[in-house]
Amino acid sequence: MTPGNHMLHLLVILFASIFTDNILLARFLGMCSFLSVSRQVKTAVGLGFAVVFVMTFTTALDWFAYRHVLQPYGIEYFRFILFIIIIAAFVQFIEMAIERYSPALYQNLGIFLPLITVNCAILGASLFMVIRDYNLIEGVVFGFGSGAGWMLAIVTMAGIREKLNNARIPRGLQGPGITLIIAGLMALAFIGFTGVLSGQ
Amino acid sequence: MGMSMAPLIVPIAIVSAIGAALAASLVFAERVITNYGDVVLDINNGDKKITIRGGGSLLETLTTQKIFIPSACGGRGTCGYCKVRVLEGAGQLLPTEEPYMDDKERALGIRLSCQVKLRNDLKIEIPTELLTIKEYRCTCDEIIDCTYDIKQFKLKFLDGQQINYTPGQYVQVLAPLYEKSNEEVYRAYSISSDPEDKSAIELIVRRVPDGICTTYLFDYLKQGDSVKINGPYGQFYLRDTSAPIIFIAGGSGIAPIKCIVHHMKNTGNTRKSIFFFGVRTTADLFLDKEMTQFAADLPHFRFVPVVSQPESETDWKGTTGRVTDVAEAYLNEQKDASDYEGYLCGSPGMIESSISVLTRFNIPEDRIYYDKFS
Repeated sequence: MTPGNHMLHLLVILFASIFTDNILLARFLGMCSFLSVSRQVKTAVGLGFAVVFVMTFTTALDWFAYRHVLQPYGIEYFRFILFIIIIAAFVQFIEMAIERYSPALYQNLGIFLPLITVNCAILGASLFMVIRDYNLIEGVVFGFGSGAGWMLAIVTMAGIREKLNNARIPRGLQGPGITLIIAGLMALAFIGFTGVLSGQ
Repeated sequence: MGMSMAPLIVPIAIVSAIGAALAASLVFAERVITNYGDVVLDINNGDKKITIRGGGSLLETLTTQKIFIPSACGGRGTCGYCKVRVLEGAGQLLPTEEPYMDDKERALGIRLSCQVKLRNDLKIEIPTELLTIKEYRCTCDEIIDCTYDIKQFKLKFLDGQQINYTPGQYVQVLAPLYEKSNEEVYRAYSISSDPEDKSAIELIVRRVPDGICTTYLFDYLKQGDSVKINGPYGQFYLRDTSAPIIFIAGGSGIAPIKCIVHHMKNTGNTRKSIFFFGVRTTADLFLDKEMTQFAADLPHFRFVPVVSQPESETDWKGTTGRVTDVAEAYLNEQKDASDYEGYLCGSPGMIESSISVLTRFNIPEDRIYYDKFS
């Protein structure tokens, strides 16, 4: 692979993970925080950045754990447990550090970290990385792209829901009902990207 | 044997080792990073000063200090109940708190205590009644049938505990899990006993059909059983003025008024006061002997039981009618009706119609006191 091809390959992974293979809208991972924290654009942006940040780093950490611990010993089947432990510890650690050393960053990012410790999209990104046999750089690009895709989806949803505040919604559809319908429509819209690129 | 176990043990050992290493580094990090040293928590402008290790949330810190802020979600920032006013040291309002605050609360510095962390000295203000709320363990000392659907429960505090309350306040009783209930619930009942006795309290409870707590109290609680309560709560207590008093109560609503009248007797209160006690039939009437005795002991206290539907003319010689109508007729005869203070306890319907009677006599709403339970 020439360097140019290599860059192109990474770009394909990046755009695929953001648009065509959006972890939330195509894979339906990370739905719980997507539904519950998408009431305001401001909070959605904060949570989105937290997910981008955590996914980028945990894919890298999980890649090391997989390639240098699980694979050499032939115990890949432990990846679920190990990945979860690593993600939880990383999030805890980062939260503590941010809270202590950067109150401003804590205000905007740190308080969202506990919310995403158990976000399945984050575990999902690491597992997809393993299934698709990415190398470290590809894995990190994929993690960053998946996070950015998740953020794109939740910020869009929050924007729509802010507009919906002024809309008259039938009583039975208010709250989660209309949100799920919107999520479905957004997923349909994102299907439009399918086939443009493929990260696999 | 050792050979055959190896494939099993090695992977488990590896994963456990990684888990343990991560846990250890987190514990270490917590020691180093989240060590904020000792911070001073100042409650109600120096009323109470606590020096405590920083790092935890305000809500959990207050709980360790036995100050119970109401909270339903357990500190996850989703119920919005644990509001506390922070005067100094909490920093900006966090995005997780914003949805629960209106403009007035923002201006006052109201915060969710589960989201505020104790990183530096903090000055807070909480209602003084929260400072005195405690949890008590009691035994059920006595159960008395008052009427066919009202019982009186005497709860004696264990471990030499005593309760300090203002006569008229209520406590919450914990209904534990039992045969017909799979959730623990708290229900509020006013204290009816003589406030002089601080080692026990009495509650007067009307049975609510299929009520979780009343079914527990009526059908499951036996003399000698232990009961958990917390309190005291409420703004229903005798105001320290010299205004004449009109008490209006229906059914088990007599409880806090009985407690207040006990207190008036204990303190030799000479305020002009009248108590209209409304029940439906004579079978619903109870405590009338005690109340009549109070009327004899307290020179300016009158007790008027009112029965709305007596079974027969001969059966009931006292006042008949709706309690609010009788109270209205009484106020009509008074020259100074607008000077009265109103104390109400009963069903929401009775409270509402009493308020409309009292306000018709120009008694201002801020001199009409009641606790709304349901």
